[in-house]
Amino acid sequence: MTLTSSTQAGAGSADADRRLVYRKPDVLADRSTHYCPGCGHGVVHRLLAEVLTELDLPAHTIAVAPVGCAVFAYDYLNVDFVEAPHGRAPAVASGIRRVRPEAFVLTYQGDGDLAAIGTAEIIHAAARGERITAIFVNNGIYGMTGGQMAPTTLLGQRTTSSPNGRDAALMGFPIRITEMLAQLEGVTYAARGSIGDVPLIGKLKAMIKRACEVQVEGGGFSIVEALSNCPVGWGMTPQQSIDHLRGPVVEAFPLGVIVDRARWADTGPVPGLGCPAPSHPEA
Amino acid sequence: MTTDREIGISAHRTAAELDTARRARVLMKGNEAIAEAAVQADCDAYFGYPITPQAELLEWMARRMLELGRVFVQAESELGAINMALGAAATGARVMVSSSSPGISLMAEAMSYMAGSGTPMVLVNIMRAGPGLGSIGPSQSDYFQATKGHGHGDYRVPVLAPASIGEATELMALSFELAEKYRTPVMLVADGILGQAMEPVELRFRTPKRHTFDWALTGAAGRPPRVVKSIDLVPEELEKRNLALQHKYREIARREVRWEGWQLDDAEFAIVAYGTAARVARSAIARAREKGIRVGLFRPITLWPFPERELARLSGSLRGILTVEMSSGQMVEDVRLAVEGRCPVAFHGRMGGLVPTPDEVLGALKALRGRVDRTRSVEHRAHWAPRTRPHGSDQGEPFESDFPAHSNARRGGRR
Repeated sequence: MTLTSSTQAGAGSADADRRLVYRKPDVLADRSTHYCPGCGHGVVHRLLAEVLTELDLPAHTIAVAPVGCAVFAYDYLNVDFVEAPHGRAPAVASGIRRVRPEAFVLTYQGDGDLAAIGTAEIIHAAARGERITAIFVNNGIYGMTGGQMAPTTLLGQRTTSSPNGRDAALMGFPIRITEMLAQLEGVTYAARGSIGDVPLIGKLKAMIKRACEVQVEGGGFSIVEALSNCPVGWGMTPQQSIDHLRGPVVEAFPLGVIVDRARWADTGPVPGLGCPAPSHPEA
Repeated sequence: MTTDREIGISAHRTAAELDTARRARVLMKGNEAIAEAAVQADCDAYFGYPITPQAELLEWMARRMLELGRVFVQAESELGAINMALGAAATGARVMVSSSSPGISLMAEAMSYMAGSGTPMVLVNIMRAGPGLGSIGPSQSDYFQATKGHGHGDYRVPVLAPASIGEATELMALSFELAEKYRTPVMLVADGILGQAMEPVELRFRTPKRHTFDWALTGAAGRPPRVVKSIDLVPEELEKRNLALQHKYREIARREVRWEGWQLDDAEFAIVAYGTAARVARSAIARAREKGIRVGLFRPITLWPFPERELARLSGSLRGILTVEMSSGQMVEDVRLAVEGRCPVAFHGRMGGLVPTPDEVLGALKALRGRVDRTRSVEHRAHWAPRTRPHGSDQGEPFESDFPAHSNARRGGRR
């Protein structure tokens, strides 16, 4: 697989004119992933790897892997990783944060993990203003277990556990959890982006970068929700799934920065909660 | 590391005073003494959630840990608390959580993950009566949970059971040592009485040595990334991980068994009990000896690994064993497995938050002796042999079978 590419000024240009404009960040492992063809996780992994590299964070990062499709994230990102029980990543990250004030701490979670089984953990980590960053990949389905209904599944959407489509009367409504979190004072930055097309991917990267900067600058909790596709779980081709993502999904989950208290506050960044220096020696 | 500054409840002590403070005899509540022992054991981080009867432990940690600039977090739930502990422990910090029975059930999930990923942590269970919400009264009904597995999967954790507040302070340091030595969660279980009671405590504080861990997550600077995980989807690889765990458990079972004997030298009978039940048993033993019953106490300190070989050896010379618990009879199953029919094993227990009285225990002991005396004839072995079902009864014979072995077996298995 060619991992770098080059531009050519024109036919017959000399080597001196060739310059590197795009390459794989070292923090992204040089291997193929287990994700299904057309899956958006790879894009989000890539963006995260680019941001970590640009902010010089990989050597300081301790990441928390979820349960779900991204459970093997540690195979693709060359940083220290701990595996959390399903939904508990924000609590695990909080524990790391408190004993490792110098570390860059992030969770990578799906919508089943973050918005269903781990709702209590994400809300309270946010409410405590834990200085952690959550990368929340929302594809509206439980992909790993075979495409069951998630809390973020759209009304009417057919899944293996809502075979006739999600019916609000029986199954309730999709949760816009990032908006819920944004209300909390402990949240410094909350935004929703999408992998829907190249410009959107660029915007999503800017959001991820901003969320990471908030942590580096000593702000509170930061979260970026990345709307993503699941061609296999949605029963679509990759192209159909992208069209669906750009249509009905974005209508239900509007894109944009929901809150940026660091930027808006008159008094500067909202500080993260106290993380007393650990008494254990540096390992 | 713990310094003079951190020793005792007040500050600034000399080395000599430090030594005195560590062996001080003070009036202290069990929950508070256990908490302070963890502080003195150089615990970096404590995560908890309020629940009776362990709330004072959390409150003590709230004050002391923050005073010392260490980590204290009151979590949103026991799930939150133990997963914070999981994260902190994965970085190599010395970490503790505490709760009481219903909260331990919630913590069971992460215990399994920590056992599977080899993450050290100390968990204190101040046991209350169940099942369900039960009551806030003292109990030992979490023995099965503690020793046979809280969460899913093939794993064990060392379980330490103090019988006094002083001993609890000593076992806290040992808990951290075992956790770090074997890369495993360790449980310290005490019934609600030990948590709530105040008694003159001989504080036996100790600070376990610090280690550098080659698995701890500290950021992959100048080294390959590390992963703390329990997952492995390749069956052969996962079996290897399991075999390594089982090897570790055999090592723990071989090296870390702890128990205490009392008045066993001339004993014809023994009471097997732990925690508060063992203290009741001591009173009962003192009274029994006044009445000429030669009885001693066998007190497991490690509930897992259970001192089975030691008890097996002892049981060969005993006429009978009485197991006393604040439960329906949980440890008694391990006692019977260890004794293997070498002598009769009787049980006395109370539930619902009640504690057996010395008189009750004495009564149960006399009843056991009476039964043993009555069956001292040649047939006594048959009498105490495990009741067996008639041959073939589980193999599809009709229920009304008049197969002669059936009635014989019933007569043999007198109840």
